[in-house]
Amino acid sequence: MKNIPISALIGLILTALYFLMALLAPLIAPYGMAEVVGDVWEPSSSKFWLGTDNIGRDLLSRMIYGGRTTIFIATAATILSFVTGSVLAFFAAVMGGWVDQVLSRFVDLIMSIPTLIFALVVLSVMPVTIPILIVVMGLLDSTRVYRLARAVAVDISVMDYVEAARLRGEKIGWIIFREILPNALSPLIAEMGLRFIFAVLFVSTLSFLGLGVQPPEADWGGIVKENKEGIVYGIPAALLPAVAIATLAISVNLVADWVLNRTTSLKGGRG
Amino acid sequence: MSDPLLKVRDLKIGATVYPPGEKPHDIEIVHGVSFDLAPGKVLGLIGESGAGKSTIGLASMAYGRGGVKITGGEVWVNGRDILKSPLKDIRNLRGAEVTYVSQSAAASFNPAKKIMDQVVEAAVEQKKFGRKEAEERARTLFSKLGLPDPNNIGERYPHQVSGGQLQRCMTALALCPEPDLVVFDEPTTALDVTTQIDVLMAIKEAIRDTGVAALYITHDLAVVAQVSDDIMVLRMGDMVEYGHTDQIINHPKEDYTKALVSVRSIEHEEKQPTPEPVLSVQNITARYKGLNFDVLKNVTVDLHPGQTLAVVGESGSGKSTLARVITGLLPPSDGQIDFAGRTLSRDLAGRTREDLRELQMIYQMADVAMNPRQTVGTIIGRPLEFYFNIRGSEKRKRIIELLDEIELGEKFIDRYPAELSGGQKQRVCIARSLAAKPKMIICDEVTSALDPLVADGILKLLLDLQKIEDVAYLFITHDLATVRAISDSIAVMYQGKVQRYGSKSEVLSPPFDDYTDLLLSSVPEMKLGWLEEVVAHRKMESAGN
Repeated sequence: MKNIPISALIGLILTALYFLMALLAPLIAPYGMAEVVGDVWEPSSSKFWLGTDNIGRDLLSRMIYGGRTTIFIATAATILSFVTGSVLAFFAAVMGGWVDQVLSRFVDLIMSIPTLIFALVVLSVMPVTIPILIVVMGLLDSTRVYRLARAVAVDISVMDYVEAARLRGEKIGWIIFREILPNALSPLIAEMGLRFIFAVLFVSTLSFLGLGVQPPEADWGGIVKENKEGIVYGIPAALLPAVAIATLAISVNLVADWVLNRTTSLKGGRG
Repeated sequence: MSDPLLKVRDLKIGATVYPPGEKPHDIEIVHGVSFDLAPGKVLGLIGESGAGKSTIGLASMAYGRGGVKITGGEVWVNGRDILKSPLKDIRNLRGAEVTYVSQSAAASFNPAKKIMDQVVEAAVEQKKFGRKEAEERARTLFSKLGLPDPNNIGERYPHQVSGGQLQRCMTALALCPEPDLVVFDEPTTALDVTTQIDVLMAIKEAIRDTGVAALYITHDLAVVAQVSDDIMVLRMGDMVEYGHTDQIINHPKEDYTKALVSVRSIEHEEKQPTPEPVLSVQNITARYKGLNFDVLKNVTVDLHPGQTLAVVGESGSGKSTLARVITGLLPPSDGQIDFAGRTLSRDLAGRTREDLRELQMIYQMADVAMNPRQTVGTIIGRPLEFYFNIRGSEKRKRIIELLDEIELGEKFIDRYPAELSGGQKQRVCIARSLAAKPKMIICDEVTSALDPLVADGILKLLLDLQKIEDVAYLFITHDLATVRAISDSIAVMYQGKVQRYGSKSEVLSPPFDDYTDLLLSSVPEMKLGWLEEVVAHRKMESAGN
């Protein structure tokens, strides 16, 4: 872990900070999430560090709780998309033939519909709860993971060591998890950072459009939506969660870049 | 040698290495090499991989490839030290005074441009000739190099000519600007033996006719003996021996050179066939999906227990396809394979675990035949676990036994493939197949990617193991020296058919059919004048033409 470049270090610290904040939200937040404690859009003061929101709730507390929701949903959706996407992709790559064709064309079909529209349609007919949000986002995102993982796995599955495993008579589970997965891990981990950020943006977009996290639950996209009228009067309440989204996105990317550099250098890659 | 064309003095070359988990640091890969090359002479640089021969060749153009830096010494070309020259002068030198022929012509030509455009490019760019003149010169060179239809071949694209022809086009490219020096970097290594002779002869004549000097880089001493006036033997960036070709070949002084000259000195007594073959391939015909011709045509061969059947042929002869059919990766369209007294299922899915265990395979490229994320212990231990359900300390004990058998030892058990040399990797692959206690191992070009001395070690090991384990080998190779060294019977394959088949003594003694004769005579011999002798006595065009 020596020789961490400065950019990765910054990214690592900020990311850790955001995740810690999410984990310890009830301990750090000065007020309750939905507690009305002051006037509408109070400016920042020693009492309310970031001021209050459109109905007088403490903005800092809402941001902390909102970050918790946003990060939780994004993390869960990313994990779901990686597990389904990569397992299906490896399966398709190892089996080849019609299994590969059916799965790949199905994924193409899903991908041909814009993700946001697809999600809006699904969420407008289903009850919007957090588990459903996670499943919808995770499954939609898994098509992207599938494409990457399949491309990587197809490359690996023609290697002689995979052929040697087949000739040994290994079961498909061994080939996927012991021969292919360890060698496909580095591009997948780097992609995971990117996918996580897309998930954050996605859930924020959904909430902003009113089909994501429902009030009084807080999340960053929702806070932007609630306070967007304030921008006209010079109230920064809507911009702060946007800044949070942006800084989280950048810091996770810095870490992902570093991971990609480190792991590809094994194969004589860049860095 | 009063006024050498190329004068290299105390050349030192360094590179930066990036070992995983450590800080990058600089190492020296060539430690002070000096030599002279007079106009019109050929110097052979010979050594194993990592000897620094290509690096030295490129340094004579003041170039370092892939992060390699020239750290010291002098390189004089035509009376000036090019290491001290400004980049502009070096640019004028490359492609005009010094040119380069690389190992893989197929990878070096731009597939989107016609051959002629690429052949004349340097000459025109360096203002040596006008476009018309350069094309005229290229056509002359094409015919000198023995290319078919020299007037029109330049209008073809690189994929429309064969590998050997493309290599000759590349030689024409290098000779076109009338350079003083050509660097040949393993120009025939990627070619089949029968094609290699044509290219070698063409290069030799072209050098003689145009009077250029050449650096000829190769790992094959027998090849370099045919073309060069002087030879320099290199090892790990140091000069081992430097002298006249005749002296190096016939009276080597250093032990290392002696070892290179006497390589492939394995003696192997041919065994008599037994009544019951372990593998019997009967009338196999096979083709790949999407092809409209059969890659294997009615192939019938037998392999006897504890013996070696060598399958010889050039690329495209179907020898690797035969291996795929026997392993079940490619189900044959016709024919039957009997193995250890039972008939094998045509495809892999239908074979029992016992079939799979008794029929193992070793690959050409050991580095991709092992999972880079598994340790040597895991790689060798898996067949033990999988076939015999041996686990824990018993497994470890058996792995160490196997490591001892392949002459590596216990300390290798926790290493990753990346930490092994090429020969060690191949040994681990051998141990992995032995772990299954097979009756038969298919060896697919297992020594072709290795340096001659290392390959020799592997062959000796395989022969020793055959005695101990009583395992049969189906040995696929294009190298006839290897075949002579280890086989009991031989099948010569040509265009998907078995051209000649029998015991080693039968196949290797006359009368020969034309193809076997061509193949046998094409194996470079370590004596002067061999090339001319062979070319004069050929009965048949090489298969690549």
